[in-house]
Amino acid sequence: MRAAIQTMQLSKKYGEKTAVKDLSLTVERGEVFGFLGPNGAGKTTSVKMLLNLITPSAGEGFILGEPLTNPQVRQKVGFLPEHFRFHDWLKAEEFLKLHADLYHIPREVTHRRIPELLDRVGLSQHAQKKLRNFSKGMLQRIGLAQALLNEPALVILDEPTSGLDPVGRRMVRDIIAELRQQGTSVFLNSHLLSEVEITCDRVAFIKQGEVVHISSLQTMLEAELRAELRVRDVSAEVLQGLEHWGKNIHLDGERLTLDLRQEEDLAEINRYLVNHAVKVYSLHIKHISLEDLFIQIVGSEGEV
Amino acid sequence: MSIWTITQLTFREAARRKILLAALVLGALFLTVYALGFHLIMRNLEETFGYSNILELNQVRNFFLIAGLYVVNFLTSIMTVLTSVDTLSGEIHSGTIHTLVAKPLRRWEVILGKWLGFVGMITLYLLLMGGGVLLVVALRSGYIPPHPLRALSLMWLNCLILLSVSLAGGVNLSTLANGVLVFGLYGVAFLGGWIEQIGSMLPDAAASRAAVNIGIITSLLLPSEALWKRAAHEVESPLAAALGFTPFSARTYPSMAMIVYAGIYLLLVLWNAVRWFNRRDL
Repeated sequence: MRAAIQTMQLSKKYGEKTAVKDLSLTVERGEVFGFLGPNGAGKTTSVKMLLNLITPSAGEGFILGEPLTNPQVRQKVGFLPEHFRFHDWLKAEEFLKLHADLYHIPREVTHRRIPELLDRVGLSQHAQKKLRNFSKGMLQRIGLAQALLNEPALVILDEPTSGLDPVGRRMVRDIIAELRQQGTSVFLNSHLLSEVEITCDRVAFIKQGEVVHISSLQTMLEAELRAELRVRDVSAEVLQGLEHWGKNIHLDGERLTLDLRQEEDLAEINRYLVNHAVKVYSLHIKHISLEDLFIQIVGSEGEV
Repeated sequence: MSIWTITQLTFREAARRKILLAALVLGALFLTVYALGFHLIMRNLEETFGYSNILELNQVRNFFLIAGLYVVNFLTSIMTVLTSVDTLSGEIHSGTIHTLVAKPLRRWEVILGKWLGFVGMITLYLLLMGGGVLLVVALRSGYIPPHPLRALSLMWLNCLILLSVSLAGGVNLSTLANGVLVFGLYGVAFLGGWIEQIGSMLPDAAASRAAVNIGIITSLLLPSEALWKRAAHEVESPLAAALGFTPFSARTYPSMAMIVYAGIYLLLVLWNAVRWFNRRDL
């Protein structure tokens, strides 16, 4: 089976300004992929290229094995746009019916599916309410329901939790988890790192239109299992012995740091150091959050 | 099938936003005023001149019929532009277009779907208003002009052209700029038409020819006024035309070639609307 998303050097230029440069990534089937970057980094432009809303200046891409320009492929794609602006004179149920029609979903399936989805996003009570009277969070929920109408193979969510309260965010997380269980691929555009940390298998960082880092979230965060110790009287010999447990060993005055393979080793290290007459004043694991990583990779300029 | 869904959406939006209702209420008001006016004038004429002077009476009926259709032509033109001017630019600006276009449909289906929706509304409106005027005159005075269906068809073609220009403009222009464009073109064509009309009466042959040329050029820019002149010509009684009896009747009327041109114009504009929308980054 072909990858859910595959892009090769996908680029978008507006005149002189480069919005996205040489975007090359592969999202496997069933994978939840996080696309991270500061505001204005080119996340939404990338998503729009995937959906053929924007024509790339260069490069090519495939969704579920088909070229981006093939409209039929979007039969299997669900999309929640960033600003979730919808035809607000429609009632919630009518809105879903309209989009079910655009997906060419048979009427009898639609009749079953709409109440299910309204219930799933917690809007059953509001089926007959016009979208005009919806709050931002409710619009996001109905938008999400819309993106799931066709039981998609790939769901593309552009900032899916930006308008939601904590309950809504939990709901989105749960839905993403369910989608993963069903083998649905999810492409999640976000700057809310905690969301991504909880839900994604792999992440890509984008900065000023360029992907600067792609890796599995697990290896990325585990790779950053760093021990920090305050010690005195460490010989070079003892220092070398630490290589048994970790790498990147640095001693800076009393501050000793090293990257561990597993947290359990910390106790062993403690015993080893004490046995070798090293004075250990403190030792702890410094957990690196995605946020630290984000700042580290993308930089802290915080360009907006 | 996506086309039909978009067509329904367009129709439903106009209904939901009470645009249809407003148009119908005002249309009914117009027809009422027209019927009342026509009745009062006819009664006065009949009382003054009796029924003996059929010839003169016929010219009066014809004059009022064309005057009525002139207003209908104007109203349908305005309605066409006002209802359609923001349908694309508005959806692009607000972003509602994103969820539509991200569906398994081709972009031309969006344009054509919308186009058909508006064509449906315009057709109903024109039939109601134009048919109303014809009916009022026929019922009150028994007068039926030479080619009413031809006239209505030409007025219809005019609306389709305005609709297509307004859709094509909406692809890349903001709603306001698009409105300025369409009404600007309409105004220029209108002015050119009148320059031609008045100029053709000038005694000086060179000046007269220049005025007619201005009319032709503006008609090429937007054939709306030319289509109206031809429509008026189709319902005008031959005698009134010969006498140059009314300000609405055309002393010079466009040839068949202009109608063919208008048809091609319509197709080209629509084709470009699709082409531009296909390329448009949304």
